[in-house]
Amino acid sequence: MFTEKNLQRIEDLKKRYPTTQALTLPVLWIAQEQFGFISEETMKYVARLLDVSFGHILGVVTFYTMFNQKPTGKHHVEVCTNVSCMLRGSGKIVEHLERRLGVKMGGTSSDRKWTLTEVECMGSCGTAPMLAIGEEYYENLTTAKLDHIIEDLK
Amino acid sequence: MTLEDLQELSEKEQQRQSEKKHRILYCSAAGCVSCGSDKVSAALKAKVKEHALEKECEVVGTGCLGLCGEGPLVKVQSDNTLYQNVDVRSAEQIIESHIVNNKKVTSKLTDTSSPFFSSQTKIVLENCGEINSESIDEYIGAHGYQALAKAVNEMQPSGVIEEIRKSGLRGRGGAGYSTGLKWGIVSKAHGDQKYVVCNADEGDPGAFMDRSVLEGDPHRVLEGMAIAGYAVGATQGYVYCRAEYPLAIERLKLAIKQAEKMGLLGNRILESQFNFRIDIRIGAGAFVCGEETALLQSIEGKRGNPKPRPPYPSEKGLWGMPTLINNVESFANIAPIIRNGSDWFSKIGTEKSKGTKVFALAGNIRNTGLIEVPMGIPLRKIIFDIGGGTTEGTEFKAAQTGGPSGGCIPAEHLDLPVDYESLSTVGSIMGSGGLIVMDSTSKMVEVAKFFMQFCMDESCGKCIPCRVGTRHIYGLLDKISKKKATQDDMVLLEELCMMVKETSLCGLGQSAPNPVLSTLRFFRKEYEELLQPVETYHGEPGVVADFEK
Repeated sequence: MFTEKNLQRIEDLKKRYPTTQALTLPVLWIAQEQFGFISEETMKYVARLLDVSFGHILGVVTFYTMFNQKPTGKHHVEVCTNVSCMLRGSGKIVEHLERRLGVKMGGTSSDRKWTLTEVECMGSCGTAPMLAIGEEYYENLTTAKLDHIIEDLK
Repeated sequence: MTLEDLQELSEKEQQRQSEKKHRILYCSAAGCVSCGSDKVSAALKAKVKEHALEKECEVVGTGCLGLCGEGPLVKVQSDNTLYQNVDVRSAEQIIESHIVNNKKVTSKLTDTSSPFFSSQTKIVLENCGEINSESIDEYIGAHGYQALAKAVNEMQPSGVIEEIRKSGLRGRGGAGYSTGLKWGIVSKAHGDQKYVVCNADEGDPGAFMDRSVLEGDPHRVLEGMAIAGYAVGATQGYVYCRAEYPLAIERLKLAIKQAEKMGLLGNRILESQFNFRIDIRIGAGAFVCGEETALLQSIEGKRGNPKPRPPYPSEKGLWGMPTLINNVESFANIAPIIRNGSDWFSKIGTEKSKGTKVFALAGNIRNTGLIEVPMGIPLRKIIFDIGGGTTEGTEFKAAQTGGPSGGCIPAEHLDLPVDYESLSTVGSIMGSGGLIVMDSTSKMVEVAKFFMQFCMDESCGKCIPCRVGTRHIYGLLDKISKKKATQDDMVLLEELCMMVKETSLCGLGQSAPNPVLSTLRFFRKEYEELLQPVETYHGEPGVVADFEK
């Protein structure tokens, strides 16, 4: 169930969206913000709320890569491995992260603290290599800088 | 708000700025923020306060200053001094030494007379690094919204379209379709409601131009969209921005709020009969949504599956209504064209490609960052003069333009002028402006394989050539790179590339083979060196080997 505040946010959004179907993405974003990920139960709930089919919601959730269908760790580390970062050493960054965090790419650490995923270009190519944790971007990475970031978040 | 009010505000703002002895601008674009520009700005402000300089000295955040690889950047506007790699200590020195004692901090100085700065021509980025990106007053001070006022008060919609057509502006998203012609089609299309959509789903690897414009000068994009709305008869605009750009979204939201408050967006804009609202729509990480029909599906709340064209969005777009879609940089060019006239704009650039182009320099290049150059400039000048050549001790090998839809341009074509037509003669495209430089350490088969993996992952899966074809091309490239392929596989690879190119539904699939085809064209030897002779290899040709993603 959405919080009162989120239900109000959705009500407010409705005024600016010509159909409830058009609200699918923003409502799923709100769901992910509140629950951390989007479970099947959440999808059914959103479908009822927007009066659209469960199939539609499932289709959308599975299409867009930024909707997580599984819970992530406390810190979701997203490393860009796209070409500009690759040319500037993202391979080493990934290796170092996997070793330091004890997580393989795509996995979550056993203490649920870290989730490590690969992402496509985030548009920080001028300061590559980079990674993002939530909305925070860390750029011009070196292994030393990575150690600092990890220590700070521990 | 009337045109007179706007001019008065503009003069007032200019006056206010001129009364400041020093304006210190720190780069507040995402690249510099991630390198610590917030700490730098705090240190600058604290020192200004400590020396009681608040009256004569202001510290403001500005848009991308260009030299992203050397951030955080700080500019003292009064004497046009630029500092690079500024940290808290040097920020304090800038105030204490430069501002208080009039002695520049030499250890952090950037040479602004270098070709990186002197070879650029700025239209789209003219305000980035000059004004506070979060202040509508400063945008108005830089003649902001005067083009919109001129359009709605003095021009007919058809006159606006004619002016854009005469300017020769072509779509900056990559395809290069005439902006004026597109506007004309939407204005003539019938529909109860028309929409203007700004494509800010910048997903090409190596591209961050639109992000920088949105972060640094969001009002410019809104003004361009509003002028477009007036010209084509739309009352609703949407900016579709990728979720990966939180700072850009935040600045856009703020800008829309400011503009609405001043009557520059909303109902009866500038006391005319023109109504226009802009809302933001946020994606969720699907590259294919940069394709216009997929983008519209996403705004409607659906999976971003492209649709066959025709009908084009100009006739049947959002909810079946005529919809104008242009990208961020195209809209950013509109206000200056209306303000300065099409003659001014069409004097810049080449015969068929007018104006400037913003490029994002990335990869193995010394000066990574954001630049704006006149169309027609030779690629060599961009890479070696502006970009400073490849990183220490390596040799240039290829420049990649157009992301996964483009190609790799080798050294022998470096004197090619950068315009839509020339780039296509060597199998690449202008693209949206990502320019990735590769040096002698790069292996071109790996680069092609990389881009194919990207397209395979990002294929929406709707049409078979793209869904299955990109997978098989990837498999063949993987087989080649693992030295398990023969000449027969090369034949198959080329056939498959042509098939995917010719039969895919949308631009993603149609252009996905380009990186393979262009590396085959210029770096075939690298492929052939990896092949097994047919007589010694007993694997089955053509069967795609098991490959790991």
